This record gives sequence, structure tokens and C-alpha cells, in this order.
Amino acid sequence: MKIDWTRNETLVFLVIVAFCLVATAVDPAFLSLPTLFDLLRNSIVTGIFAIGVLLVLISGGIDVSFTAIAAFSMYTTTLTLVSLGVDVPWYGIFVLSILIGTGLGLINAVFVAGFRLPTLIVTLGTLSAFRGFLLTFVGSQLISNVPAGMRDFSRLTMLRGTTGEGYFYSLPWAFLALVLVVIGTWFLLNRTLLGRKIFAIGGSSESAHRIGIGVRGVQVFVYAYVGALSGLAGIIHASLARVANPFDLVGLELSVIAAVVLGGARLTGGYGTITGTLLGVALIVLVSNSLILLGIPSTWQSVVIGTLILLGTGLPAYQAKRAALRAG
Amino acid sequence: MDQDMNKPAAQRPARQPGGVQALLSSEIGQLSALALVIFVVMAALDPSRFLTTGNFSSMAFQFPEFAILSLAMMLSMMTGGIDLSVVGVSNLAAVVAALILSALAGPQALGLAAGATIALAIAAALLVGALCGLLNGVIIGVFGLPPILATLGSGLIFTGLAVAITGGSAVLGFPPAFAFLGNGAVFGVPMPLIVFVVIAAVVWLVLERTALGLRIQMLGTNPLAARFAGIDDLAVTVRTYLLSGIFSAAAGLVIMSRANSAKADYGSSYLLLSILICVLGGINPYGGFGRVAGLVLAVLSLQFLSSGLNMLQVSNFAKELIWGGLLLAVMVANGIQFSRKRR
Repeated sequence: MKIDWTRNETLVFLVIVAFCLVATAVDPAFLSLPTLFDLLRNSIVTGIFAIGVLLVLISGGIDVSFTAIAAFSMYTTTLTLVSLGVDVPWYGIFVLSILIGTGLGLINAVFVAGFRLPTLIVTLGTLSAFRGFLLTFVGSQLISNVPAGMRDFSRLTMLRGTTGEGYFYSLPWAFLALVLVVIGTWFLLNRTLLGRKIFAIGGSSESAHRIGIGVRGVQVFVYAYVGALSGLAGIIHASLARVANPFDLVGLELSVIAAVVLGGARLTGGYGTITGTLLGVALIVLVSNSLILLGIPSTWQSVVIGTLILLGTGLPAYQAKRAALRAG
Repeated sequence: MDQDMNKPAAQRPARQPGGVQALLSSEIGQLSALALVIFVVMAALDPSRFLTTGNFSSMAFQFPEFAILSLAMMLSMMTGGIDLSVVGVSNLAAVVAALILSALAGPQALGLAAGATIALAIAAALLVGALCGLLNGVIIGVFGLPPILATLGSGLIFTGLAVAITGGSAVLGFPPAFAFLGNGAVFGVPMPLIVFVVIAAVVWLVLERTALGLRIQMLGTNPLAARFAGIDDLAVTVRTYLLSGIFSAAAGLVIMSRANSAKADYGSSYLLLSILICVLGGINPYGGFGRVAGLVLAVLSLQFLSSGLNMLQVSNFAKELIWGGLLLAVMVANGIQFSRKRR
């Protein structure tokens, strides 16, 4: 198999391997099952967010409001069920949160597809509006007595065990949600006409329009899909933490976008892979959890992530620019 | 119209409504009307508190810091880009200045020693701003990264550096004289307002009276055409972001002086606010069009609104909702206007 050294995926993979090698050299305990399962557990929410962001980037837009959507759907769902006092199984709770998320995603779609406004500014506006609405009209108090369904879900463990040294490790079934989202989105992007349309409108909205693709319809789908995934990620986050905090999640958006662009998705649209995105997520989760192992204080975390973004996307962009200049 | 103007007033046909309509169809006219309406509504809600010298004076101290950030944002938006790192630059510059002030002068310093240190700190902050802006310009111009991505990454780095240098806590202990920049007044005019007016005048001069300004507008209108017209897009991009960085640092100094401290996460709500001000002020987010007068009117409108909301004791969360909703509403209104012009 030929290795393409100019691809982001290769670069990110090499950085991850280097990171793990150095971390293991510093602390041999790094290379263990508990570390692996910690990383997997921490990548569930970031991973689901990242898949949503990937779809938006491929379609040629950007969404920064997904964390606010997640916090909104998660908190509203929990508050509704707690105040109604009804006993709903966990999948019912999930469906409700996903529906709220889809609704908020459709609001984004109204501005992006309906009014054709720049996506960054629209979603910055909705980020602030959703969050402001949640904290003003829904509530700003932490809910710690989450519905029984959510607590049941947090107890569903896929794998558990103890290492020889007596360290405990486990992986919740919530991880399966990430796996399903990944498989479903892969199928959507690579095996359906709708997926090809998403790539097409990201590559060139004008050309897509001229070959008869309903650009607006595809955009509506993309923003609704991101909303649905955000609702799912939000309720998983609250279920695993067994607490619904309306101040959670918002602020994560930059590291999620960082993960996706590190994985090679282009902000200009039309290009991006699921493998790259997952590698990007792995790198960002590694950096946020294990930076201290490399002897770098955790206060330097955003400097490292920022540098990774600039180098990881700057080098391929520079190569592309030089190639374009050579081609004339 | 021109012929009418030359006739004596009595012979001129009654065109008064037409005049108002012409004024209202211009962007500046609409913005003036908006600022006036907000002012009148807020004043009518509670004249005894809104129409006071104290309220006007506090408004004049409040708005310059985010107005300066908006000017920095405006320059990058005029080229068709965006600068998401403005708040990061302003905090990093402020932290550097704060460390110089507290280490070399301290809260007891007076006289010449304090003055020299303050001058050094201000110079250092502006230099930091210039370097940050230069970095942005080079990443965008040389490496060809989209401005959103470049300034997102660099903004993380600047904020991260400010956190790393300070360990996340506030830097305190400046010479008392430094407070003058944020809280003092010259002949009754607040210092922050003077800083804002000077920077606004510089931006106006650059945009309306220099070759760089013309090139910024051409690059923002159509980058490809600008290149074919022989415009050195790299030089324009680097200079634009350089200026944006220096202005962000100036805003950081004003914020720091008003807060009498510097911290890595000050002014985090100003990013959205500065984009909102630019969009409201008629600066086209796709680049090319925008005027300083529009931006100033947008700043005034938002400050009237903000003071009014404070007067009504609206919570910060509700304000967040209002700013976000307003941004969307203005974009929709502008968008409809754009498409109407095209037709």
C-alpha cells in the first residue's frame, strides 16, 4: 500500500503515534487499557459533535452553534421530564432530545438556506441566542436528580475489567452511539445520492445548482442533521455525568472544529473524510487529557491546539497554493 | 434635483417627503434613524435615569473598548476576511503590559519612573498587537489559510499564551497614573472616547484617503480581479491584519486600565458584539463595502440599547439572547436589501 505523505490523515496519525511514544517513554503506565478506555470514553461526545461539523464543512459552511444546541436540548429535555415527573425509558428521552436538537438545527437552516446568509455569522448569532434563551427562559439551575431513564443509561456498561495492577476500567454502551453515528454518516456520505449532493454543493454551489441539485434542500438537511447529532451528544453527556448543567458544553466548539480541520476537512467545502475526523478527534482528546504527561502544563493546552491547527492545516494549504501557482 | 436646488426656495416644488425618503434609503440615514429611535425609546422609558449627565458620561466610558475592537474587526471584514482573534490579541497585549507595569513600577510608583514604565508598557502592548497581527497576515497571505481558520487557531494561541503566562489569574498592581487611560478625562472628554475617536479617524483616513484603503476595498470586492489588476494582495492582507492587531492591543489597554487589572478571559463577549456592530454598521461580511460613519452609528445604537437594558435590569443571559437575535435580524434585513439592489 502506498502511503500518501501529503494527506492530513497521515500527518495526524504520525503525530498521534509520536505523542503516544513520548508519553510512554515519560510514564510507562500511559500504555495501558485504562488509558485507552479513558480516551474512548472522552471521545464519545467530541466524536459525535465532530461528525456533525464534518458534514457542515463538506457542504461548504461552518457551524459554531452546535454546543449551544446540545446544551439546550439536553437541559430542556431533562427539565421537562423532571417537572412532569413521568417515567420515560432512556431511548424515549434520547428521542426527545434529538427532536429538540433537530428543531434548533432547522432554525439555523432557515437563515442559511432560506435567507442565504454567511454561515459563520448566522451560527455565531444562534449560538448566543440559543444559549441566552436557555438561560433566561428555560433555566440556569443545575439539575442533579436526573430522570431514572438517564441514570439507567449511564449504568449500561459494554466492557469492564481490572488490570493486573488493580486499575479498574470500563466502557459505557454510549460508545456504541458514536460507532453507529460514524457508520450511518459514512454510509450517508459515500453510498447515497444525498451524500454526493452534500459534497457537490460544498465543491461549488453554483455548479451543483446548474446540474439540478436543490442546494437549499440539501442545506436544510445538513443543518437539521447537525442539530440532531448535537441533541444526541448533549443527552449522552448529561446521562453519563448524571447531571444536567446548562453551562456545560458551550466553549467546546473550537476544539471540535479543530479536530475536524486537523483531520483534513476543508473550510472551503467539498472535501473531508470520516477517518481523518476520527483521527483529529483522537489527537484533540489526547492533547486535552494527557498533555501533562509530556511535561507540558495544562495551561498550555490551547496554545498546543492552536499551533496544531495552524501547522496541521497551514502546511497542506501552503502546498496546495504552491501547486496552484505552478499550474499557473 | 440639481436644477431645483439652484432655484430660490419659494419656486422649488415641495419635495420635503422625497428628501426624507432619500435620506432613509441611504445606509447612513437608516442607521441614524435607528440610533435616534433607540435613543428616544430608551429615554421615554425612564427619562429621569436615561437623560442624565451621569448616564451619558458612563456610556462614553463604556463603549470605546468594544468600539475599538469593532474597528479592528471592520478592517479584516473589508478585505472579505474576518478576525476571530481580536479579543485574544487584546488580552495578550494587556497581560504583557500588565506584567511590565506590575514588575517594573508597582502600585506605589509615582512621577517620572511611573511615566517611563507606562510608556514602555504601552509600547510593548502595541508591539505585541502588531506581532500578532503580522502573524495573522502572514498565515492568511503566505500560507493561504482561510481567515476564519487562521484567526481561530491564532486566537487560541494568543489566549492560551495569556493563560500560560499568568497561570489563568488576573494581573494587578499598576501605578495609579495608568488609570488615567481608562478613567480620566481631558476637558471633560473621557480618555477612552479620545482613543476611540483617534483610531476611528485613522481608519477613516486609511479607507477613504489612501491607496491601501482603495486596495482593501478592491480586494474585498473581488480578490481575483484585484490580483489581475496588479494589486499585491499579500502586502494588503498583511497590512490590514497588522493594523487590526495594533487596534486590538489598544482596546486591550483601555479595558485593562478601566478594570485596573489584566486577565486572559476579559471581554469574551466582545467578539460577538464586534461582529454584530460591523454587520449592523453596514460592513458587508463578504468584503468590499463599509464606512466608518456606519460603524460609529451602530456603536451608538448598541450602547443606547445596552444602557437602556441595564436600566431595565435585564440579565446578562437575556442580553446574550438579544445580541444574537439582533445579529440575525440585521443580517436578514440587510440580505433582503442586497437582493433588492441586485434586481
